[in-house]
Amino acid sequence: MRCRKCAHPAVIKMPRHNTSLCKDCFTEFVHTQVRRAIKAHRMFTADDRILVAVSGGKDSLTLWAILLKLGYRADALYVDLGIGDYSTRSRQKVQCFTDTVAAAFQSTLHVHTVEREQGAGIRELAMLVHRPTCSTCGTMKRYQFNRVAVEQDYDVMATGHNLDDEAARLLGNVLHWQTDYLDKQTPALPASLDGFAKKVKPLYRLTEREIAAYAVIHHIDYIVDECPMAKGSKMLTYKHALNRLETDSPGTKHTFYLTFLDRQAKQQETNGKITEQDRQRLHPCTTCGQPTSTDVCSYCQMMAKAKAHV
Amino acid sequence: MIRPAMKVLVTNPHQELEVPGPTRVQQLLKRLDLTPEAYLVIRGDELVTEDTVLQDSDSIEIRSVISGG
Repeated sequence: MRCRKCAHPAVIKMPRHNTSLCKDCFTEFVHTQVRRAIKAHRMFTADDRILVAVSGGKDSLTLWAILLKLGYRADALYVDLGIGDYSTRSRQKVQCFTDTVAAAFQSTLHVHTVEREQGAGIRELAMLVHRPTCSTCGTMKRYQFNRVAVEQDYDVMATGHNLDDEAARLLGNVLHWQTDYLDKQTPALPASLDGFAKKVKPLYRLTEREIAAYAVIHHIDYIVDECPMAKGSKMLTYKHALNRLETDSPGTKHTFYLTFLDRQAKQQETNGKITEQDRQRLHPCTTCGQPTSTDVCSYCQMMAKAKAHV
Repeated sequence: MIRPAMKVLVTNPHQELEVPGPTRVQQLLKRLDLTPEAYLVIRGDELVTEDTVLQDSDSIEIRSVISGG
């Protein structure tokens, strides 16, 4: 198979674009998709300080690598969740990337260790508060990433969410008609209130397969194993279903999510921007000060419940 | 005499297999009932496309690309 652009040997076939590309043309394709995402949603500029949320997985390390290559000022935060051997190995991958790649760009890694700071690992916290581990983990990571971004004066926080993540989340929200969540499912959320960092997803135009291919081609050493806590998750079920559809009808995921974004943009022109909605609905948490729709935010409620059981 | 076969490692769920070659990547994925959109096929440390013919002497990794809870 030959590259559609330059006729060198292809390394990847991309049915959704009806093309095959060699290493160099594929790298340029990935960089172009990220540049388009950043520009289309005015995510950040070359002067902004970016905090990348890294896990040791392919998406977050690839995002960090691409932003550095494109000349952005990107540091990273790793939240060590204390999930035994899995956390140990994922932390090693992040540290290795920091030492071998990011250090050359004078980029810094921040680490938040849940077991040390909160007194228990994520599995133990989930048991104490009687919530699923993935839900407890989500609350913990959202809170800590936002906190560090605000406290350390980063202009924006970037996550490695990709097209598959967003399409699967959209499918889940549509299947359950969770319209409140649909309104917020956008690649760029503004810093609508004091205490909220701006949040962006520069990889939303790329599939998981494309991101994994980029990582392999550029020798980004990431943790291949799935988080042991994610087994049987709904998101994985939605992703498998979408990949079956994608194989039969290439471009399904792209059309599903990007058409949703087009419609959402038109609707928000009518219904008002997220910033206005947040300002009407949110206020500072009485415990920690981060914005919340209740008196005490979900993170502080969770930690209060955990402490009551210790 | 035992005929040599290519060594195939599949991640998530972990499987180690021996598959007789020559065979195309596309046929290998079909034989293992794996969705092409959810996997990368790596020979040594190089990505290979679905028309690549794999030989008995090859070591192949079929890497799942799906993640997230």
